Amino acid sequence: MVPTSYYLTLSAILFSLGVVGVITKRNPIQIFMCIELMLNAANLTFIAIGHHLGQMNGQIYTIFSLAVAAAEVSVGLGIIITIFRSRETINVDEVNILKS
Amino acid sequence: MPKSLLASWDHLRDSIYNAFILPRYFHGVDLSHLVPYLALIGIFGFSLSILPFLIWIERVALGLVQDRTGPNRVGPRGLLQPSADVLKLFFKEDFQPKSVDKRLYYIAPFLTVMIALSAGAVLPLANITFRLPNGTLQNVPLMVANVNIGLLYMLAASSLGVYGIVLAGWASNNKYSLIGGLRAAAQVISYELAMGLALLCVVVQAGTVNLGGIVYAQDTLPFGLTWLPPFLKGSVFSWFWLQSLIVPVILYTIAMIAETNRAPFDLPEAESELVAGFHTEYSAMKFAAFFAGEYINMLAVCALNAAVFWGGWLPPFNCFPFTFIPGFVWFILKIMSGICLYVWLRGTLPRLRYDALMNLGWKKMLPIALIWLFVLAGYSLIRQIPVHLAGVHYTQAAMLSGGK
Amino acid sequence: MAPALVLFYILAFLCVGGAVAMVTSNNPVRSALSLVISFLSLAAFYITLDAQFIAAVQVVVYAGAIMVLFLFVIMLLNLGAPEVVKKTRSFLPLATTLLAIIFPMVLFGFGVFAGLDGPTPSGASKLGTVGAVGRTLYSPTLPWLLPFEATSVLLLVAVVGAIVLARRKA
Repeated sequence: MVPTSYYLTLSAILFSLGVVGVITKRNPIQIFMCIELMLNAANLTFIAIGHHLGQMNGQIYTIFSLAVAAAEVSVGLGIIITIFRSRETINVDEVNILKS
Repeated sequence: MPKSLLASWDHLRDSIYNAFILPRYFHGVDLSHLVPYLALIGIFGFSLSILPFLIWIERVALGLVQDRTGPNRVGPRGLLQPSADVLKLFFKEDFQPKSVDKRLYYIAPFLTVMIALSAGAVLPLANITFRLPNGTLQNVPLMVANVNIGLLYMLAASSLGVYGIVLAGWASNNKYSLIGGLRAAAQVISYELAMGLALLCVVVQAGTVNLGGIVYAQDTLPFGLTWLPPFLKGSVFSWFWLQSLIVPVILYTIAMIAETNRAPFDLPEAESELVAGFHTEYSAMKFAAFFAGEYINMLAVCALNAAVFWGGWLPPFNCFPFTFIPGFVWFILKIMSGICLYVWLRGTLPRLRYDALMNLGWKKMLPIALIWLFVLAGYSLIRQIPVHLAGVHYTQAAMLSGGK
Repeated sequence: MAPALVLFYILAFLCVGGAVAMVTSNNPVRSALSLVISFLSLAAFYITLDAQFIAAVQVVVYAGAIMVLFLFVIMLLNLGAPEVVKKTRSFLPLATTLLAIIFPMVLFGFGVFAGLDGPTPSGASKLGTVGAVGRTLYSPTLPWLLPFEATSVLLLVAVVGAIVLARRKA
């Protein structure tokens, strides 16, 4: 059997990659994808720990996390499309009208 | 005299039925371990060898619908026309436009075929009855992977199938292709909801997501009415098209045509507006791969329709002439009637406008499917169907108990 | 090496490779496809962790719906050309690479995973079936029913919000 710590390490690596992407990317769609990756890393942790403890709770948390991710993506992509319509760009460095 | 004749007839029939039953252990080999390999060979052999025949059926039937001759030059009644076409596509120049995204352009058609073929892994082709050493009978569905998430796997495979089309549309670097890919993505996401809900209506009644289990759950008396005669057990009236009260099968059939991008929902390749849609830039074998992927997809969704709503391998009546024909023949017959429905609709209906397509999916089919799911859930509660109906109580072969 | 471990390394290679390709690529479509590979290998991980239902839902929801939606928006806004997004703040990759190296090492250093090296219990193999998940989620004695209902309200809010956002002003 694969030790649970391997899964947790993998999850940590994926989460770090997601953080790196969120900080470096300028395209909000790619930032969004990096957030999805971070959510998935968290899901992997939930399931690995749940499997380690022989419990269902990890999987149930993951189901809720999936539902939240779906809701977040639909609203987030709606916001991106709206921004593109009004400003013809979605580069996060140029969408700064709240800055004076 | 007639009584003894009847008895000998019974004896003959039973011995023929018994010939279908295999011993579980044959010279020390557990035959049930070979079932997945048999199913694998069956799926690949069937889906790849039937393709030319499907194309022929479609062209001949379209010819009949449109009152013209159809293929009639190569072979009897044009039967060898598809083979000639394949040969032509094979030796055609494989033209690649200059500005395409090379890697994705090459991957897309083969991705379509691979995902379409992988959907067959959870389809139950037939029922195999084994005799255990102690004489009891054991029924095993003939499928590659007897997993407890069969239906979800089918949904996943059909939703992944759109990647080939979307990637082809994007990689071609062509306006028409791009619009075709966009339309395919929106269409598949929209109709997947209604498709999933229509299938959920059946899951509520069958109490299992395993496709083999769903077929076994249809092998009961219609609506659980125990006073009906035994030849109706597992008959056409107890399949889920009727048991789920007809609406889900209509919704599924519409959604399955939309999912496979066929007429009247062939917006992604609408030739009057988009040249050829997502495969405008494809030629030769890559075009043939798209073509094959489309037909394999049609086979897969028709097979799911047959297994979930039309009783899979079960014969239409549980009595003499029908039960002699092996289960996989019934299954193939049901798939083929689905294909004929495809061709009939293609020859009959005009293509939908894009906003009409979206309205149908979101404003009509989705609400109807949701309401029907509620109705069926309440109806199942009233009927008090035991959830573990499938697979557990099913200990004896259906054909052995038939007619007695 | 045990076959399970070999499988783990192959899947981990695919998963991390997809994630790295997603973060480094400047082309949004390439990026999305790499993420799909990552998600599919995560689904395979869920199967090795006896969570078959979650694995199927992962493929249907993430690979089948969310990523197709991403691709749809990328293609709709036609962001395929990489030069649309200008590269700025070039000092950030260095800093974040450091962060990426340091972060797992910190976790290791604190010994967060120290107690979890043992093999997993064998009783877990029946956990992830559709029936087991359903019985836990809808059980009247367990506390998951209220969160489940709350999730449905969340999804309804998301539907309404998306429609309001995407509607053209009349």
